[in-house]
Amino acid sequence: MAASARAQVISLYRSMLSASKKFPSYNYRTYALRRVRDAFRANRNIEDPKTVARLMTEGQQTLALIQRQVTIGKMFESQKIVVEG
Amino acid sequence: QGTSAKHELEKDEPRPLYMDFQATTPMDPRVLDAMLPYQVNYYGNPHSRTHAYGWESESAMETARKQQVADLIGADPREIIFTSGATESNNMAIKGVARFYQAKKRHVITTQTEHKCVLDSCRVLESEGFSITYLPVQTNGLLDLELLEASIRPDTSLLSVMTINNEIGVRQPIEEIGQICRSKGVFFHTDAAQAVGKIPLNVTDCKIDLMSISGHKIYGPKGVGALYVRRRPRVRMEPIQNGGGQERGLRSGTVPTPLAVGLGAACSIAQHEMEYDHNRVSMLANRLVQKIMAGLPDVIMNGDPVRRYPGCVNLSFAYVEGESLLMALKDVALSSGSACTSASLEPSYVLRAIGADEDLAHSSIRFGIGRFTTEEEVDYTAEKCIHQVSRLREMSPLWEMVQEGIDLKSIKWTQH
Repeated sequence: MAASARAQVISLYRSMLSASKKFPSYNYRTYALRRVRDAFRANRNIEDPKTVARLMTEGQQTLALIQRQVTIGKMFESQKIVVEG
Repeated sequence: QGTSAKHELEKDEPRPLYMDFQATTPMDPRVLDAMLPYQVNYYGNPHSRTHAYGWESESAMETARKQQVADLIGADPREIIFTSGATESNNMAIKGVARFYQAKKRHVITTQTEHKCVLDSCRVLESEGFSITYLPVQTNGLLDLELLEASIRPDTSLLSVMTINNEIGVRQPIEEIGQICRSKGVFFHTDAAQAVGKIPLNVTDCKIDLMSISGHKIYGPKGVGALYVRRRPRVRMEPIQNGGGQERGLRSGTVPTPLAVGLGAACSIAQHEMEYDHNRVSMLANRLVQKIMAGLPDVIMNGDPVRRYPGCVNLSFAYVEGESLLMALKDVALSSGSACTSASLEPSYVLRAIGADEDLAHSSIRFGIGRFTTEEEVDYTAEKCIHQVSRLREMSPLWEMVQEGIDLKSIKWTQH
C-alpha cells in the first residue's frame, strides 16, 4: 500500500476508536471498540487499491454512524451497569 | 414468580448485566440509525401511491424485504410477509394453513417443546375439530425422526417444529425434517425466531415451507417480524387479519416502514456478522460453563451439549431453588425459563418434556449470551453464580443430608 494510503487508513482507524470510546453504553462502547479493531486487523493485508478505497468509504460511513449514535446515547443516558466499577 | 422481589431501579443504582438474550436483545446501533430517518422525516405510508412520501416509504420497505430479509434465508422477496412478530407469524402459519386445507386434511403435528403461541394455536384448532399430535422429545431435547415420520397421516396438512429452542438452546435436525415432510406432501413450518441471523438457514436447502422470524431476537426493533411463505410449491393460507389486501392479502394493515427498515437492517447486519458473532458467542458460552462447572459440583446442562445454539445455556443447580438463586443474582439479568411462561409458578414445560427431574426443573437458570456480551460480564456472572449457589447450598438442609451420604430419594416425608 502507498505510504499516503496507509497513513489515511491509520488515521481513520484512530478516529473510529476515538469516537467509539465515547459511547455512554458499556455494551455498545465495548462492542464498537472490539469490532473496529477486529475489522481493521482482518483487513490488514489487503493490497488492491479499489478494495482499499471501498473499505475506506465504508469506514467513513461507519465513523459518521458511530458519532450519531454516540450523540443519541448521550441524550438518553442512563445509569452505569455493575461491572463499570 | 419472584414478584415480591420486583422493584424498579433507584436513580443512582447501577444497572444489572444483561444476560437474557433469548428474552429480547438490545437494538444494534446500526439498526436504530437505519430506522430514525423514517421516524422523523420519511413518515409516508408505504401503500400511498400518489406522492413522494409514499414512494420513498415503499422503496425502503421493499429494500428491507428483498435485499435483507429474503436474502438472509435464501427466499424470494415475494415470499416475505411483514408481521407484528413471530407470535403473529406462528398464528398465521398454523391456523391459516390448517384452515385452508381443512376440507380434506384435519391433522396437524407439532412438538411438546414449542413456544406457547404455537401450542395455543394448536389448541384453538383442536376446538375447531382438528386432530393434533404433540410429539414428545428425547431427554436431550431432540425429536425422534422415526417417530415423527410414523406420526404423519394421509390427512396431515402441516408439521410445525422450532429450529432452535428458546429455553434450552437445542437445535432440531431441520434439514432431515424438511426432507421427510417434502417426501410425504406435508407442509413444514418452523419457528426460527431464535435461529434466523445466528446460524445459516436456507429455506430451499432445508425444504422449509413456512418460517417465522422475530425482529427483537436479532438486535432489531420490537413489534415487527416476518413470515416466509413458499411460492413454489405453493402454500395457501387463510388470512387471520383482513382488510385492504396488503402483503399479498395475507396480512392486511399498513406495513410499519420504520420497523420493517429496522428488521431489514438487523437481518443484513446479521448476515454480515454471523460468523464473527457465532465464534465469539461460542467462546463466551464455553468460558461461562467451564468456570461454573469448575467452581461447583452437581450442575447439569439441560439439552443436547452439541446440537445446540451456544448462546443459550440452561443449567440446573441441584439442591438450590431457581427463584432464590435468581433473587440472589440480582446484579445479573437472567431468567429461569421462558419469559412467556414465567407468570405461573410451574416449572417449565420444556424441562418437563425432556424428562428433567422435578427438583432439577425448579433449579434451572437460563443464561443468554449475545453480540454485545463481554468477557468481563461472563466472568462476573460465573463468580457470582458460584458464590451464591454455594451460599444457598450451605443453608440447605437437603444439601447437608446429601453431604452426609443420604440418598434423598429414599426419604419418606411425613405430614405434620
